[in-house]
Amino acid sequence: MNQSLTIALIPLLPLAGFVILGLFGRKYFKKSAGIIGTALLLTSTILALYTAYEYFFVYGKVDGIYQQFVPFQMTWLEFSKGVSIDIGLLIDPISVMMLVVVSFVSLMVHIYSLGYMKGEERFSTYYSFLGLFTFSMLGLVLASNIFQMYIFWELVGVSSFLLIGYYYDKPSAVAACKKAFIVTRFADLGFLIGILILSYSSGTLDFNTLIATLTNPESSHLKTAAASTFLGASALTWGAALVFIGGAGKSAMFPLHIWLPDAMEGPTPVSALIHAATMVVAGVYLVARLFPVFSITTPGVLEIVGWVGAISAIIAAIIACTQTDIKRVLAYSTMSQIGYMMFALGVSTYGGEGGSGYTASLFHLFTHAMFKALLFLGAGAVIHYVHSNDMKDMGGLRKFLPITHITFLIACLAIAGVPPFAGFFSKEEILLAAYHNNMGIYWIALITSGLTAFYMFRLYFTIFWNKPPEAHGIKHGEGGFAMMLPLVLLAVGAAAAGFIPFGEFVSSDGKVLASNFHLEFSIAPVALGLAGIFTAMWLYKKQNSRPDKLAASFNGFYKAAYHKFYIDEIYLFITKKVLFNLIGRPAAWFDRNVVDGLVNLTGTTTQALSEGIKKIQSGKVQQYAIYFLAGVIILATLFIYVIR
Amino acid sequence: MMEPGLYHILFISAALFFIGVYGFLTRRNLITMLMSIELILNSVNLNFIAFNKYLWPHKMDGLFFTLFIIAIAAAEAAVAIAIIINLYRSHQSIDVENAEDLKY
Repeated sequence: MNQSLTIALIPLLPLAGFVILGLFGRKYFKKSAGIIGTALLLTSTILALYTAYEYFFVYGKVDGIYQQFVPFQMTWLEFSKGVSIDIGLLIDPISVMMLVVVSFVSLMVHIYSLGYMKGEERFSTYYSFLGLFTFSMLGLVLASNIFQMYIFWELVGVSSFLLIGYYYDKPSAVAACKKAFIVTRFADLGFLIGILILSYSSGTLDFNTLIATLTNPESSHLKTAAASTFLGASALTWGAALVFIGGAGKSAMFPLHIWLPDAMEGPTPVSALIHAATMVVAGVYLVARLFPVFSITTPGVLEIVGWVGAISAIIAAIIACTQTDIKRVLAYSTMSQIGYMMFALGVSTYGGEGGSGYTASLFHLFTHAMFKALLFLGAGAVIHYVHSNDMKDMGGLRKFLPITHITFLIACLAIAGVPPFAGFFSKEEILLAAYHNNMGIYWIALITSGLTAFYMFRLYFTIFWNKPPEAHGIKHGEGGFAMMLPLVLLAVGAAAAGFIPFGEFVSSDGKVLASNFHLEFSIAPVALGLAGIFTAMWLYKKQNSRPDKLAASFNGFYKAAYHKFYIDEIYLFITKKVLFNLIGRPAAWFDRNVVDGLVNLTGTTTQALSEGIKKIQSGKVQQYAIYFLAGVIILATLFIYVIR
Repeated sequence: MMEPGLYHILFISAALFFIGVYGFLTRRNLITMLMSIELILNSVNLNFIAFNKYLWPHKMDGLFFTLFIIAIAAAEAAVAIAIIINLYRSHQSIDVENAEDLKY
C-alpha cells in the first residue's frame, strides 16, 4: 500500500467511525456501535504499529539520524506567498511515537467501554464522540503546519467538552464541561496569538520552515524579530511564551489546571483516554514539536517551562495526598506527572547529551500513557463494582476484584518508580537530566517522587485493603472479558515498556542517544519511593486512627491542600468579584443604556411622529376632497403665476 | 340681442364648476354629492364644446370628448349608486358622516 495513504488512513478511520455512528448510530447501530468503532480503531492501531515499524526500522534512519518526512502536503488556504495553511502529514520520531500511544490507548479504551458503557442510552453517541476525539488527536500529532495543529487542537478541545458533558443531565457534569472548555479556550487564545507572532516573525506557518528560520542566527527574519521588543522582551520570547500558555492550558499546568479535576465528571474510560494519556500531554507534545525554537532561540521561556512544570508537579502531588475521590486523586497525579514531562523539557538543551531531558520527557509520556490509562481503567472497574467514586465506600476489594487488584498494583508500582516497572526508567532519566542542569528542580522532583509513591499507595491500600473483605454486599462480578483484556494488556505495557531503549528512537536532534543509567544515582529516588509506600502501608493497610491524627497534626496545611490551595476560590474571586464588577457590569450598562438606547430612540421617534400625523387619515371623504382641491389650487397657482 | 361669446359660456362653466365643488364639500347626502359631481363633469363638457365652437369651428374633437365624458359619467353614476345602495344596506343611512370606517 502507498505510504502516505497508510498514514492518512490512521486518523481518517476514526473520523469515518464518527461520521457513520454520529449520523446513523442511534437508528441502525444501537447495539453494534461499539463493535464498529472498535473494529475501525483496531485497523488504525495496526496501521500505526506498521508505520512505526517501517519508520524506525526500515526507512526512517539516514546516516544514523532519524529524518523528518512529509509524505503528503496540500495547500488549503493561501494568504500570501509562503504563508499558507497546509494540510499535511509530518512523520518524525515523536509523531510516530505519539501515533502508537494515541491509537493503542484509544483502542484499549474502546474495548474497555464495550463492557463499561454497556446498556447506556446514548451508547452510539459515545462511540461517535470517541471516534471524533481519536481523529482529532491523531490529526494534531501528524500536523505539518502550526495552524493545522491549532485546528486539531480546538477539535480535541471540543471533543473533550462533549465527552466530559456526556452525562448531560447531571448538573455537575455540565458545569465541569463548561469549565474545561472555557479554561482551555482561554489558554488557546494565548496559543493563537503566539502562532500569529511566531509566523509573523518567520514568515511561514509550516513547522519545518518555521523552525529552520527561527533557529538560524543568520536569517534576516530572526534578526528583525529579535530586534522588536515589547515590555522588555523580544517578540519571539513573547510568541514562544504565549504558545506555551496554550500548551499549559491543555496540559493542566499550574495555574491553568483547575479544569482537570472537574473533568473527572465524564465517563471513566474517557478520563483514561483524554484526561490521562493523550489530550493532556498535547501541551508537552507542542513544546517538544517546537523544541528547537524554545531551546535555541528563547532559552528564557524554556526555563519558565521548567519551573511551571516543577511547581505543578509538587502542588498536584500535595493535593493528591488529601483528596478522597478516587478519580480526583488520579487527576492530580496526572497533573503532577505532566509537570514532570514539562520540566524535563525545561531542563533540556538541544542536541547531544544535553538533550537527554527531551528524550526522558517523551519516554515518560510514553510510559505514563500506559500506567495512567491502566490506573484509570482499574479505577473504572472499581467504580463499576461499588457504584461510587468515594474512597470511603471502598476497601477490602482484593478478593472480589483479583485481576483489577493485580493490574492496579502493577500500575501503582510503575508510577511510584519501583524497578523494574516502566515508571522507574523514565523517571530516573528525568531526574538525571534535572540533576545535571538545575538542582532546584531536581530537589522538587525528588520530593514529588516520594509523594507520588505515598498517594498512589494510599489509594491502593484504601481501595483494596483497609476494611475486612466481607464489608460489601455486592453480588455481581468484576466486569466482563471486554473490561479485563485492556487491563491485562496495559499492565504488560506498564511492566515492560521501561525496557525499550527509548533514546535510540527519540532524541532532540534525531541522533541515537545512549541511555546513561547509573545504579548509584537511582538509590535516592527509589529509597524515597519505598519510604512513601511503607508510610502509606503503615497508615492505610488496616483501619486505624493514624491518618486522622496525622491530618490533625498538619491541621492548617492539610485543610489548605484538601481545598486544593483555594485556587478555585481565587479564580472565582477574580472572575466574579473583580472581572464581573469592573468590566462585566460597566459593559452591560453601556450595552443596555447606550447601544440599546440609540436603537430605542429611533423607534420612539418614529412612533411619536406617526402618532402625530395619523389624524390626517380621518376617513372623511370630504376632508380628503379638500386636501385634493387645495393641492390642485396650489399647483394651478404655481403653474400660472410662478412657473409660466 | 347680443350674440353670446366665449367668455359668457366660460363664465357659466366656471360658475357650474364651483357650485359643484361647493356642493360636494358641503352636502352630507351621498346622492347630492353625486349630483354635484355631475355638475362638475358637465361644466367640463361645456368648456369643451365652447372651445371647439369658438376656436376650431371646423374640427369635431371637442364634441367627441364630450360624448365620451357623458358615457363615462353614466357608467360612473351606476357604480356610485351601487356603492351607495351597499352603504345603505350596511349602515342604514346614506349620510357620508356615517361612512367613516376607513380611517387610521
